[in-house]
Amino acid sequence: MSTPQILLALLAERPKHGYELKREHDERLPGAKPLPYGQVYSTLQRLERDGYVTVAGVDRESGPERTAYELTPEGAGRMRAWLAETEPPAPFVTGALFARALMTLAVGDDPRAGLERQRAAHLERMRELTRAKTASGAPAAEVLAAEYALLHLDADLRWMELAIRRLSGPTEENDR
Amino acid sequence: MSPLLQASAVGKTFGRTRALRGASLEIDAGEVVALSGPSGSGKSTLLHCLAGILVPDTGEIRYGGTRLDELDEEARTRLRRESFGIVFQFGGLVPELTAAENVAVALMFGGLGRAEAAATASEWLGRVGAGDCAKLRPGDLSGGQAQRVALARALATGPKVVFADEPTGALDSVAGEEVLGLLLSTAREHGTTVVLVTHDNRIAAFADREIVIRDGVAGEAPAVRR
Repeated sequence: MSTPQILLALLAERPKHGYELKREHDERLPGAKPLPYGQVYSTLQRLERDGYVTVAGVDRESGPERTAYELTPEGAGRMRAWLAETEPPAPFVTGALFARALMTLAVGDDPRAGLERQRAAHLERMRELTRAKTASGAPAAEVLAAEYALLHLDADLRWMELAIRRLSGPTEENDR
Repeated sequence: MSPLLQASAVGKTFGRTRALRGASLEIDAGEVVALSGPSGSGKSTLLHCLAGILVPDTGEIRYGGTRLDELDEEARTRLRRESFGIVFQFGGLVPELTAAENVAVALMFGGLGRAEAAATASEWLGRVGAGDCAKLRPGDLSGGQAQRVALARALATGPKVVFADEPTGALDSVAGEEVLGLLLSTAREHGTTVVLVTHDNRIAAFADREIVIRDGVAGEAPAVRR
């Protein structure tokens, strides 16, 4: 993910400190990998060095010291430019299940049983996501995140089904 | 507890096409089950056999304790009207009747009087969000409206089992999901069993359980061919 640009976007509203940024990152990108706390600070330091954010103030009142950061005009410009970019379609095929199936073939074994088990695991996860998104009062961000995940899992599933059928050889044509 | 629906080694051939070749499955009362599989796998044929629309050539279909495949046409029709609700991909509404009449007729077949059937039909059309369409004929309905009317018709009779064959197949995804959501929330509320045929994994994920049909066999992968 594009952590520096995401942090810049989260700072567009008002100055925030590291903990707030971590919390908002995880809330506003439901289903994404939670942002490790350490990465928030290292990223903020780089953004500050490059002139995209600046320290807005230090809160010493309650508990540990908290540094709040704010967006500079350069930071706002960089964030807007990122939002307007088109993401290049992924140039390489990645994914452990793809590699496992092809390597199973490479060592001379039949990957179909493994693909069937993987298929069941994928569908179980799709059922969880479907329950989450159809729960009454599910926030829009959660519904969108669940649908993003569902469609990606569906793409994997359809590839697995096609692979199983291809590896099963020709079948009698039956159109019912 | 014995299953509500049961297929044992069901075979069905159309001409030279063996649509089902020994399909077996069990479905408990109150379950929402997806029969999934690629097109041509036999899942629709199996649904039609479970619903008593088709009679298998070999094997047994049981509903409760009753052998469906041994009933005559008239007894199967009666059972379908009394216990089953059926939703097809393209709605399957009678084109000459209004939406309200389509629902009411199903209720009158079940023995309700005209006035009571009309009142119940109107209530169900409202419940599925198709109250505005009551006086329209199927030709004047959008795909989504027709699906809602078909759903009202299937649910209004208080069926024990709803059979749905690609119920959202003819719709875009958001409208399709709304109709599916309506069907399943109503079914779960009433403890109605739902058997859903779909080739779409995202639709199958709405069910509690999935039975995969492949090459006319249910629930397991075809034998390894080398």
